[in-house]
Amino acid sequence: MNYSEKVIDRFKNPKYIGEMENPDASGKVGNPVCGDVMEIMLKIKKNKIEDVKVKTFGCVAAISTSDVVCELALNKTLEEASKITKDDVIKELEDLPKEKIHCSLLALDALKKAIKEYTEKNN
Amino acid sequence: MIVRYVKMQVYLDNAATTQVDEKVVKEMERALVKEYGNPSSIHSKGHLALEILDDAREILAKEINCDISEIIFTSSGTEANNLALNSLDKGDHLITSELEHPSIYNKAKKLEKEGVEVTYLGSDKEGFVKIDDLKSKIKENTKMISLMHINNEIGTIQNLEEIGKVCKENNILFHSDCVQSLKKEKIDVKKFNLNFASFSAHKIHGPKGIGALYFKKNSKITPLIYGGGQENNLRSGTENVAGIAGFGEALKQDFENKKVKELRNYLISEIEKNIKNVKLNGSRGKRVCNNANISFKSIEGESILMSLDMEGIFVSTGSACSSRALKASRVLLALGLNHEEAHGSIRFTLSKHNTKEELDYVVEKLKEIVKRLREMSAL
Repeated sequence: MNYSEKVIDRFKNPKYIGEMENPDASGKVGNPVCGDVMEIMLKIKKNKIEDVKVKTFGCVAAISTSDVVCELALNKTLEEASKITKDDVIKELEDLPKEKIHCSLLALDALKKAIKEYTEKNN
Repeated sequence: MIVRYVKMQVYLDNAATTQVDEKVVKEMERALVKEYGNPSSIHSKGHLALEILDDAREILAKEINCDISEIIFTSSGTEANNLALNSLDKGDHLITSELEHPSIYNKAKKLEKEGVEVTYLGSDKEGFVKIDDLKSKIKENTKMISLMHINNEIGTIQNLEEIGKVCKENNILFHSDCVQSLKKEKIDVKKFNLNFASFSAHKIHGPKGIGALYFKKNSKITPLIYGGGQENNLRSGTENVAGIAGFGEALKQDFENKKVKELRNYLISEIEKNIKNVKLNGSRGKRVCNNANISFKSIEGESILMSLDMEGIFVSTGSACSSRALKASRVLLALGLNHEEAHGSIRFTLSKHNTKEELDYVVEKLKEIVKRLREMSAL
């Protein structure tokens, strides 16, 4: 697979992959049939994402994109984080093979699911 | 491609292709530079090239127990497979399986569109077709049964002798894709009652771009390529003399099955000893000497493959994420593996060039990689 150096770097040294104790919200998406499962966990204070972690079962692109989505979401308000697009993710990684673009969408789905869960719980 | 410093390079993808032997290269060079004539030419320069074809044909014929007139050289195993199935006509019934290589499977799909009826047999959990199942699918218009000898993904050795008997009893043509079995398992076209069999050079330390089809005398064959009538009017185009010379020489070399098998057994036992939650796919006993296909639970194959690649270790995977279609291996699913297991599968295929030291390095790296990816996994 022809990945950019940034994708490989992320895959080797992810910054946000790991466990989180008592998250304020979490979003799990994907299924083993398509080969990707991601769970994003958030700590939220005053409507702002103060901490974020992700766990990913999937390919190099799935691991890299889920890590980047966490980075883009950190320190953003829930509204700002909801507006992150796949193009933002791809830009951060320089490039993504065409057949892997769905991985970036999946990571965003996980983030949006977590935000939705939090919003519903707190409104 | 990103080049990194690695302790060593370990090539474990010999079912994909193999390193060409030096003796093979020498023979190919002789054909290219010295005996460069066209085998169809009447003059002696042409005749010398023709001799190279005859020599290679004789070696292959001896290897599989057929006559030299029963071999056609092709551009690949894929072409040989396509050619074998090409004689089927509208209304004929073909029985093949879910385990076949794409060059059979996709050709069968194409034939279906042209009016050939096709039945795809399933598999038991080790990769064997069930003989009773096969027998039950035979119909009046069943013209051919095409089942591979050794599966390229899981290495299971199909019982061709038993299948051949069924074909003979029912007067059905029998084709087998023997690309992965040549030199690794004994192939006897008479004993197996084969009408057609496909071969390829680059899986046995020969060059890419050359294959062969065995066809029993007087078989009906519909060519795929028309032209100058080479290869007994069945495969036109000036012969790939250098490729054929290389194929012949590769056939003379020792694949060192015993050594390869010992190394492979060592790799399997070391992985099973050192890494938890792994599963050997295919058959433990009736398995080609150089294949180990292993699923690593709760992690995904492309991530493992790329991590190994970064350490200089080259393997392949049945995961969807590595395929353009984003589908998990059809073969592994046919065995009854769930999607998670299929996505987490890695195929290691060895050769005589591997060493125990290399395998120790692989297991050491694999341990680290599996641990890291499992810690990251959402499953």
